[in-house]
This record gives sequence, structure tokens and C-alpha cells, in this order.
Amino acid sequence: MELSKLTALELGAAIHRGDVSIPQAAQAALDAIGAQGGALNCYLTVTGEQTLARAEQLQKGLKHARSPLYGVPMAWKDNICTKGVRTTCASRILGDFAPPYDATAVERLEAAGALSLGKLNMDEFAMGSTSETSCFGPVRNPWDLTRSPGGSSGGAAAAVAAGLGWYAVGSDTGGSIRQPAAYCGVTGIKPTYGTVSRYGLIAYASSLDQMGPLGRDAADCAAVLDLLQGRDRRDATSLDGDYGGLLSSLTGDVRGLSVGVPMECFGEGLDGEVRRAVLAAAEVLKGRGARVAELSFPVLKYAVPAYYIIASAEASSNLSRYDGVKYGWRAQDYDDLTDLYTKTRTQGFGLEAKRRILLGTFVLSSGYYDAYYKKALQVKAAIKAAFDRAFHQCDLLLTPVAPTTAPKLGENLGDPLNMYLSDIYTVSVNLAGLPGLSMPCGFDSKGMPIGAQLIGPHFGEGKLLNAAHAFQMDTDYHRQTPEGGERA
Amino acid sequence: MTWETVIGLETHVELATKTKIFCSCTTQFGGAPNTHCCPVCTGMPGALPVLNEKVLEFAVKAALALNCTVTRYSKFDRKNYFYPDLPKAYQISQLYLPIARDGRVEVDAPSGPCTVGIHELHMEEDAGKLVHDPWLDQTRADYNRCGVPLIEIVTQPDFRSADQVIAYLELLKETLQYLGVSDCKMQEGSLRCDVNLSVRPLGSEALGTRTEMKNLSSFKAIARAIDYEARRQIELIQEGKRVVQETRRWDENKDATYAMRSKENAQDYRYFPEPDLPPVQLSEDYVASLRAAQPELAAEKRARYQADYGLPSYHCQMITSDRILARFFEDLVALGTPPKQGANWIMGEVLGALSAKGMNPGDMKLSAATLARLIALVEEGRLNRNTAVKVFEAVFDDDGDVETYVRDHGLEQVRDTGLVEAAVARALEANPQSVTDFRSGKEKAFGFLVGQVMRELKGKADPKLVNELLHRVLQGS
Amino acid sequence: MKITTELVDYISQLSRLSLPEEEKEAMAAQLERIVAYMDLLSQLDTTGIEPMSHVFPVKNVLRPDVAEPSLDRAALLANAPARDGEMFLTPKSVE
Repeated sequence: MELSKLTALELGAAIHRGDVSIPQAAQAALDAIGAQGGALNCYLTVTGEQTLARAEQLQKGLKHARSPLYGVPMAWKDNICTKGVRTTCASRILGDFAPPYDATAVERLEAAGALSLGKLNMDEFAMGSTSETSCFGPVRNPWDLTRSPGGSSGGAAAAVAAGLGWYAVGSDTGGSIRQPAAYCGVTGIKPTYGTVSRYGLIAYASSLDQMGPLGRDAADCAAVLDLLQGRDRRDATSLDGDYGGLLSSLTGDVRGLSVGVPMECFGEGLDGEVRRAVLAAAEVLKGRGARVAELSFPVLKYAVPAYYIIASAEASSNLSRYDGVKYGWRAQDYDDLTDLYTKTRTQGFGLEAKRRILLGTFVLSSGYYDAYYKKALQVKAAIKAAFDRAFHQCDLLLTPVAPTTAPKLGENLGDPLNMYLSDIYTVSVNLAGLPGLSMPCGFDSKGMPIGAQLIGPHFGEGKLLNAAHAFQMDTDYHRQTPEGGERA
Repeated sequence: MTWETVIGLETHVELATKTKIFCSCTTQFGGAPNTHCCPVCTGMPGALPVLNEKVLEFAVKAALALNCTVTRYSKFDRKNYFYPDLPKAYQISQLYLPIARDGRVEVDAPSGPCTVGIHELHMEEDAGKLVHDPWLDQTRADYNRCGVPLIEIVTQPDFRSADQVIAYLELLKETLQYLGVSDCKMQEGSLRCDVNLSVRPLGSEALGTRTEMKNLSSFKAIARAIDYEARRQIELIQEGKRVVQETRRWDENKDATYAMRSKENAQDYRYFPEPDLPPVQLSEDYVASLRAAQPELAAEKRARYQADYGLPSYHCQMITSDRILARFFEDLVALGTPPKQGANWIMGEVLGALSAKGMNPGDMKLSAATLARLIALVEEGRLNRNTAVKVFEAVFDDDGDVETYVRDHGLEQVRDTGLVEAAVARALEANPQSVTDFRSGKEKAFGFLVGQVMRELKGKADPKLVNELLHRVLQGS
Repeated sequence: MKITTELVDYISQLSRLSLPEEEKEAMAAQLERIVAYMDLLSQLDTTGIEPMSHVFPVKNVLRPDVAEPSLDRAALLANAPARDGEMFLTPKSVE
């Protein structure tokens, strides 16, 4: 049995049947990481010994296992706190920070028998769309090592695509699960804001951040989300999704489902091959009985500027705590307190983090708050209202995830605004707190994966996952695996 | 020219909750450094705040007692600045929608009554404690106090003198203690005050440039700092110089204020709504239930004691100055002690013992039941007042049993007429000269004879009975 | 609007960041482009729209006033770059 070709649920079932032991699966994953992890640079920490020890332990408890993912090896984006295991946010400033506590998500998955392989590379503090802002160097796309895997959960998407773990948990503030999932040909979902506790997720932009799974297919994501979601008393913004089992409700039946296609998402700036693949996905759903209709979404163009104002503002505040006093890295040779702060932060943060801190400080500073920050919060309200209206007309929206497939490494670094603009299809979902799913829907002429995005109303995760599941019953894009190496 | 001083106050009060405002760490004062801390209150990456329901309740109670309008929809904001006592580098506070606004209190100052407007009352978190180590020339940070809940009460610039300020603070302290929302111990930092002060020619409407004074750790320091700063500003203006708007620190040792570094003056706090905390919406029912549960406050008690019990105003003032003492008094009355007797005992023996032992009413073990019993024995004539004071001293420390003590020490008053008559007879027989003196009109001799009878009975005789029998015998024969 | 190097200095100081001279101009230019793009928002009439800081109308999420054990001090201090077993250490911060 070629374990790496299995989905997480298939491996879970094999473990359950006794066809494969948890230590065998763990060893296979660790071997694969050993072989390919270096080239992809997707893992920052591999907890080899610890993983194998826990695998033995989990194997002993197998007969009491309840979760379909019991014992399945997985990994965490490195902005999620894992007790005693280095958690860096891919930033120099966190140094060797070893959190004294586990994130709620970690507690929940581990209680269900999750087996962590380690921590995944990402854009520094989740700020970026290419996973190139990591202080540990860029992640490479397993479909073409000269290309970016997307970001900021680039390590997560690359690891799942390359078979270095059966699923991963990432975070999405403006598209950071969905866009790398699209670039790497895996499925990822950003849940409704609040349905997955943020306790232990190192904050980038608190009102937009949300954790979610990246997996081989929609069913894997549903199984992970069943474990992750739910109100947490330690996160005051958390909510119960109350889905009654996402995995168990995947029927593939989309008859009568109405899918809206916003015209604004298919116009100027969108690559032709991506456009064709996403519209073809609409046809597949139609073929299974869904209704597809065009609709208009004119406020979309305000989403990127509003997003970058709000996210940068919150980031400037959230990242102020990194000052070389309580944890993390401290600069050498400082004269006094202010100098310690300034040197630590100037040398500890990378360029993109500094850019967003400055931008966020600017939009909150005296004299500019009303024109930028307050205005952005009003635009956010307008965007949410527009989505509310759209979901009176249809059940789901279908859009591209990104205007192009994965760019070459280095292509976007010199032009931050251009990078921001590529988030056009994803950021509005975070502003409105909606669930958004990214699924593989084809390949471009260079062989790079293309992703389609499904957007649902609040708590519409069930509909999203079921539509994606229906699509994946009729297609096999999600079954394709990269061969590695470089492409033209 | 006559000058007028214009003062406004910002008072920070630590709330007497069991746990911190956003996490479940204890608020206990005086723990070993950094032992009352968790990821939330020390700003660890990934940690999130959750509001303590008791903080909300206490803030609303305080707001109602200060006659504020309670905001039905209230939010938290972040105040951003870097300092090592603030581990997140932002303080969670309330700027845009504070929990209460527009209150007023009537203050009775020595220089006359005044009305103080309350601009707003808001909830926020306290910062940690920094200790400078002069030997190593570095600062050590203790985060135990981080996240202890505070309310900040901001007044209008309605004060014109230090005595009004002190009277307001006394009233505030008393009120918050009565509500049980704070212990207001200045020495432990649970009540702290910043003073905004400016001067202007008397009669002028326009406000002068103000300075803000910090580090005022006692009422005495506040009064002295106000007097100093008003004089400093007047002198500056008289010399043709200008007052600079700045933050000044009061130096208790030098009895002077001095400007803090200008860097700390220029602040741009970049307030914005705290995304980690959902808003607070208070129902009419919630506010009404807290209003209904509001205890009788000191001023109301004073008026009632005067009207119902006819106590002198000084007694009312003293007894109500402490919630526990007032409660003690009311318990005495409820147990049947005549109010005036109860008040006399509190004013004399109770306060005397507390002050001699350096104790607060809250530290006292003596129960109202014990004192009521003691007073009753005096009232019933079974114990004389002087003996009762001795019994009081004996039972004060550990609330001993009065009856047992009196019995074991044989202190009960002799009320047996036969015994007293016998003692009178013995005293007259032993002091014939005094009898002659009395009969020849020397009243003083009577007192001497009373003393002799009391000595015969070891001081335990009922003085009324002694007087009566002695008179009867001397006049009758 | 024009983002001057003075403004970059001001927000850098507020953020406790210090850009080398050669990066300052480039940062000012990039921020100016980004801010110019953000000015797109002024085209949308938002009169009467309440600024939305929380996307869900969730309210009154409160915690009971019940104490729980604090973190072990050794664990609290373990990640500090400078500590003395009891406290976090910083350069002189008190006047």
C-alpha cells in the first residue's frame, strides 16, 4: 500500500482496521520529510522522536479511538502555539520561543488522537502571499520548485501536496489557507469567523484571523473541521458552528443548490486559463443538478484597500509586544530601554512585517484615523451587507482563488502593492467573516494547479464542503500529485 | 490680582474582585513576584482576554452611586504605547464608549459645599510593577498587578481648592468601600490619583494652561502638591512666563513637582476598538437590579442616625466613616442596645482600643453581640460602668464571653440590700468624724463615705443603691 | 497624500522601528503608492454606515470571577532573554 497516496480518512480507516500501524505511518511521513523536506523548505521543526513516541502511545490506545483521524500524522503552521515546541511565526523576533501552553485547536485535535509531525514554514507573522517573507527562507512549490507555493500557509499547502503529512492546520487572515491550497492543488477551508477558537493562534489581525484545515479533499477537511470547531471559553469571539457533523452530512447531492457567479470576479486582471477552469467547475456542479446564475458584486473593488488598512492597523498593535523583554529574541549592544526596543524590533522583523507595522501605525495615528481606519470599518460593513444581499439570491458564490497560478519565486518581492492586489478574491471573505473554500479545479498549460473558491453565508460550511465533495466525486484534480522537480 | 485654581481629577481605583479583569489569576496583593500571572495577563503570543462579569457589575455599581448615566452599549479599546510594565504594549481600556458618563456628587468641604461633575467612568486593566535595582542599574519587572481591574473616574474641572479635592476623595473612598467594589487602600495603590490643575484670574471664564501631576500617593501629598503647583503657576505668570502643558511628577521628599521627560508628554496612543472583546450591552433589568441592590451609603446613614437616634453629628460622622463600623453599630441597635449607649461605647472604648492597637474595624474580632451583652449588664445595673470597661478590655481581643468573665472574676454588682446596709453600717462606725462633718453641712464628706462603702464591697456595689441607703441612714437617724 | 520621510520618521518612532537612511526613501515611496491606492475608499459613499469592528452581533461574553491556578513562574520566565529567577530584566526604565 502506498501510504502517501491515501487521503487522511483513508489512512485513518487503514489504521483502524490494523492494515497499517500508527508508528509505520509516522515513520513513512518522517522518511518522506527527510527525503523532500529540505528541497521544499516546508517544515521549520520536525518533532521526530517525540512524534514516534506519541505514535507508539496512540497505537496502544487504538481500540478506544473514536475519531476517523485517530493516529493520522499531520502538522501545524508555525503560528499556532504548541506547548514546549518551538513556535516562531517564521520570524527572527520570536527566537526559540517555546510556548508554555497549547492552542485550543491543538488540545482539541490531540484529544482526538492527532499525531503532529512538526511545525510548518509560512510568511513571517502570516504577512505575505508567497511564503517568501519567512526568515527561514522561502517555501518551494512541489509542482515546480522555482515557484512559490503561495502564502501565508505555504508550508502547509506544500507539505500536504507533497505527501509530507496527511493534512495540516493553517490560518487565513486574507486568503492564507485558500490561496496556497489553490497554488499547490489541495483543498483548504477558512471557516466562519469565530467557529474555530483563536486561543493560541499568534495574532496577525485579530478580527480577520481564522484557523482551518488544508487536506487532500473536501472530506478530509470536513473531518478536521468537525474536531476543530466550537465555542471556547478562552476566546470571547468564538462561536458554536452547530453543524451536527460536517463529515457525516457529505452526500454529494447538490440538486437545487444555487451557485452565484459574481461577474466582477471574472473580468480584467484574471488569467484566461484560470477563468476557463473556474467556469468549467460551475458546469460540473450544474451537471450534478445545481443552478448557476451570474450576479453583480460592485463593492468588491474596495475589499483590498479596506482589508490592508484593517489588517495592518491590528497588526501594528498585535506585534508591539515583541520587544525583547518577555520572550523571543533580543538585540545586542543597546544603550537604553528605547534603544533596546528599537534595535530588537528593527533587526528582529523582516521588511514586509515592518512595512505593515508602519502602515498600520499610520492609519491609526492622530489625524488619519477617521480617513482610513474608521472609513475601512464602514466599508467592511458595506461589504458584509453586499454579501448578505447576495446570499438572498443564491446559496453559494463561485470565484477564482487568485488571478493567476503560482508565480515564480522573487517575482512579487519588489512590488508589495502588486502582491496585495493578488488577494482580490479572498480578502472580502475575511472582512465579512464568511466561510471560504478552495478546491483544485484544473491545471494551466505549465502544469500548475488552479483553484476555485466557494464562498458561503455564515455557518455555511456544510454547503461549501458538500458542493466541493460533489465536485470531487466527478473530477480527479485533487487526486493528482506532483512529481517534484522544476518546470519550464 | 486674585487668582483662582481650577482642578480636575482622574482617579484610578482597583476593584475588589477575586480575579483579574481578563483572566483567572488572583488579584491578591503581595504575592511573590510573577506568581499571579498567566499567558493572558503577561501578553504571551496567542493569548486572548475574556471579561470578568464581576468587573462589569462593580463598575456599574460605582457608576450608579456617582449618579452617572450607565451606557447601555459599551466597548473596549486598545491604548497603544511601549513600556516594560505593559507586556502587550497596549492597555485594554475604554475611549469611545465608556461604561458610564455624566455623573455628579455633592461634596461637603470645610470651605463650603460644592458640586463635582463626573465626566466619565471607564473600565481598564492595571499595569505591572517595575523595581529599579540601583546596584546593577537595571529594572526588574513584576507582572502580578498586570490585569488587575481598574475603574478610572474622570471629574469635570470643578474643584477650586485642595480641601474640596480631599473632601471629594474622602467621599469617593467611603462610597466605593460601602459598595464593596474597592478597598481603596492608597498605601497598596488601590486608589491612585492624577491631578489636572490650572490657574486663572478670579472672574475669568477662560481656562489657563493645565499641568497634570502624577505619583500622588496620599491625601496629604495631593493637598501639598496642589498648593505647590498653584503657587508655581501663579509665580510663572506673574514673572511674565508661560505655563507649559506637561506631566509633572510630585517628589514627596523635596516637596516640589518637576517635569517628566518631554518624550513621555508627546503621546499618540492610536486607540482603536479591541477586536478580541465583543461589546457589552446592558439591559434595563440588569441596571435596575443593581440599582435596587445598592446599599445605604454613608451620607444617608448619617442623616438617619441623626434623625432617628438623635446622635450628635460628630458621632454620626465617625461611625459611618467605615462601612464595617457602621454595620457594627447597626447590629448593636438591632440587638436592643439603646442607640446613644451604643454610639458612646463605639466612640469611646471601641475606637480607643482600635487606635491603641493600630487596627482597622475590619480587623476587629469583638462581635456586636458581645458588646451588646456587656452594655445590657450595665443597663440592668448588674455591672457598673468602670467594671464594664475592664470587662471590655478583657474580651476585646478574642471576643470572649462576657457572662463567663464576670462570673469567673466575681465582678457582678452587689445589689443585695442587706449586704449593702451592713457595709454602710460598718463605714459609718469606722468614720464618725465624717458623719459629724456631713451633718454639719459638709457635702464633701458624703462622697468620702460612699467611697468607703464601695471599698467595703470591693468596688462591686451598685452606686445608686449605696447612695440611696447612705442617705436614708444619715438623714434618718 | 504625500508620505514624507519626516512622516516615516514619526510613525517609525511610534512603532519603535528605525529604518536606515537608504531604506527610508524607498519605504516612503512604497507607502505613498499603497496609501494612494487606499484612497480608493473615498469613492464609496459610506454616509450613515456604522463602522463595523465586530462582524457578528455577539455581546456580553463574560467569565465568572473564579480564580484558577496561575502559570508556574519558571515556565513564565523561561522564554525571557534576561531574567533573574523572579523577574524580567530590562535596562533602566524608572525615573
